Amino acid sequence: MSGGVDSAVAAARAAEAGHDVTGIHLALSRNPKSYRTGARGCCTIEDSNDARRAADVIGIPFYVWDLSDRFHEDVVEDFMAEYTAGRTPNPCLRCNEKIKFAAVLERGLALGFDAVATGHYARLETGADGLVELHRAEDMAKDQSYVLGVLTQEQLRHSLFPLGGSPKPEVRAEAERRGLSVAQKPDSHDICFISDGDTGGWLADKLGAGTGEIVDHATGEVLGRHGGAFGFTIGQRKGLRIGRPAEDGKPRYVLDIEPVSGTVTVGPRDELTVDRISGIRPRWCGTPIQDELVGTVQLRAHGDEHRAVVRVSAGADPAPGAAEVTIELLDSAQGIAPGQAAVVYDGSRVVGSCKISATARSAALAGRGA
Amino acid sequence: MNAPVSEPVYLDHAASTPIYAEAVAAMTQQLTRIGNPSSLHAAGRSARRVVEESRERIAAALNARPGEVVFTSGGTESDNLAVKGLFWARRDADPRRTRILSTAVEHHAVLDPLHWLGEHEGAEVELLPVDQLGRLDVDALRASVERDPGSVALVSVMWANNEVGTVQPVQAVVEIAHAHDIPVHTDAVQAVGQVPVDFAASDVDLLTLTAHKVGGPYGVGALVVRRELELTAQLHGGGQERDVRSGTIDAPAIAGFAAAVEIAVKQQAEHAERVCGLRNDLVARVVEKVPDAAVNGDPDCAPDHRLPGNAHLTFPGCEGDSLLMLLDARGIACSTGSACSAGVPQPSHVLLAMGRDDEQARSSLRFSLGHTSTQADVDALVEAIGPVVERARAAGAVSGIGGASRKAAG
Repeated sequence: MSGGVDSAVAAARAAEAGHDVTGIHLALSRNPKSYRTGARGCCTIEDSNDARRAADVIGIPFYVWDLSDRFHEDVVEDFMAEYTAGRTPNPCLRCNEKIKFAAVLERGLALGFDAVATGHYARLETGADGLVELHRAEDMAKDQSYVLGVLTQEQLRHSLFPLGGSPKPEVRAEAERRGLSVAQKPDSHDICFISDGDTGGWLADKLGAGTGEIVDHATGEVLGRHGGAFGFTIGQRKGLRIGRPAEDGKPRYVLDIEPVSGTVTVGPRDELTVDRISGIRPRWCGTPIQDELVGTVQLRAHGDEHRAVVRVSAGADPAPGAAEVTIELLDSAQGIAPGQAAVVYDGSRVVGSCKISATARSAALAGRGA
Repeated sequence: MNAPVSEPVYLDHAASTPIYAEAVAAMTQQLTRIGNPSSLHAAGRSARRVVEESRERIAAALNARPGEVVFTSGGTESDNLAVKGLFWARRDADPRRTRILSTAVEHHAVLDPLHWLGEHEGAEVELLPVDQLGRLDVDALRASVERDPGSVALVSVMWANNEVGTVQPVQAVVEIAHAHDIPVHTDAVQAVGQVPVDFAASDVDLLTLTAHKVGGPYGVGALVVRRELELTAQLHGGGQERDVRSGTIDAPAIAGFAAAVEIAVKQQAEHAERVCGLRNDLVARVVEKVPDAAVNGDPDCAPDHRLPGNAHLTFPGCEGDSLLMLLDARGIACSTGSACSAGVPQPSHVLLAMGRDDEQARSSLRFSLGHTSTQADVDALVEAIGPVVERARAAGAVSGIGGASRKAAG
């Protein structure tokens, strides 16, 4: 229970459905500035208190679990390593894969619990083959199946998502009706361990500024210097501070960020458009794709659905998870950064996910763009 | 996972012990009466009389003079007043006095003010080491004092430790400090009612106690201060308590406090014997069920060694908070011996100071018995502990607890 409205209502619904529910608040980071080292959770003390008060009102026991070490190793360090390697990770997927539905679930199972229930907006159904299927939420505006696309069948079998069938306003109204003080608490959007929301500043603080050159993609000409590569994301237009306009007069966008040299490559918008995606480390919610699937993919949280043909090949390494995924987008996408997750859907059902390793433009697309 | 709960089993008396009926009666009687003890009219005088009689009863129970009992809001305020008030008064009298000597196993109500004085007031705080039973290294204290006695503002050493129950050598501390006219404060919150506490005979200069640990109400306590000692006030206002503590005097709480102290001290010897018997039974039978459980603190239950009701054990391979949760689900209340505002369990600074590693510290539980504890409580714990440890150990294995230090626990 994060202290937000969603996990509070999820806990209330699970308890009302007859489950023997215990509320757990995860302390995910320690505050080294505090005299009592680590006295503070990742989320604020107020969040922890809000979660505790919600548990009181629901009438369930409540505990705080300190998973700060696991979270730091599995999520924060991975986040930094990915940025260092020039990729753009999504730490929420990583946290679901490694913490909420791994560390917490494993500990819960060992302690005698059967499942982890969360406030994610997604639905679970049992398929004709007996497998548990993960589906998009009823409320597409709140759908969070994307960040759950890393869950395996074993994890899904021990998961509950009591909010999957409800629109957000209904959840807030229900919280109000249940007397939960968090009913009108604003949604959280930012990365939880970057409290001020300034990801670039946080990365620069941890990894060094990473100054470098801003280079034109076509000519290789140095257009300027920047104070830190972490301040840029692929597809960014604003804040480049290049004195001269491009020769064609069109705005320039960040096309690529070279992590070691800090070189930021810029160019016209067309160059951002891709329709070929390579992925690694696939994780399947149920049966892996055999050869090919014609479905859709989502490339970022709350991003658009793209019609796609997804193909899986064995890869050089025979180990499971070493397979390689190729995605042919029928609807092109823009500003896709390596490190993001591509989540594959068959209708509303989540098939699985992979980590984007490279993007490309097909000959047809390149021809159109030029 | 929550088994049906029969009678709740309360094994956390060191956190707070149930209030005596006599204390409730004294308190509620006074609650129905009007009168600010500082008012001059008959109602005020009548309330004041209750306060002063309570002061006399508490003083008599602790062998102090009534004028030496300063009422406060509890242990934390008393510790703050003692440590900060004495530091400032002694430094004002002689600016060379900037050192404060204490131990690594004090309660946060002492440690945090010390740390704050170090950060903001230029105090040089020395936290002296303890042995593996948690007892102060007296030679280290002597060496530290004798290095430069004129620079020591005060010495603060708890009477008995709240986590592992080890009784500190307060007598030796007083002898060392008084040889150089250095005042000694002791936090006796855990000691009063559990072991004999005689303020005059102990010769300490300041002593902290609190009502809710002796069967009185929450929110009231006292600092016993030797009469001739100067303290700088922390709360400024009406100066109601000897001019070192302001705030309207809480006559009902003080009446309940006095009733509790009187009972707790009168029954101390009998209580200690009974509770020590239960505690020894608990430890022996828990260790029988969990053979690799290790007892922390002094194995000797004598009053100058260990608090009679304290049993502190390390369960290798288990996380303390898993154990606590599983016992809680079975209606058994105990403590991991550490807590904070966010409820995040931290490795105990006391166990770390005793030479335990992080993992051993996180694998520990405190069971503390008190005046309402029964053989049935012990039996219930003994029955639950085996399966609970087994389950917590399975959870510990997936959380990465256990492994190397499992064999080193002890």
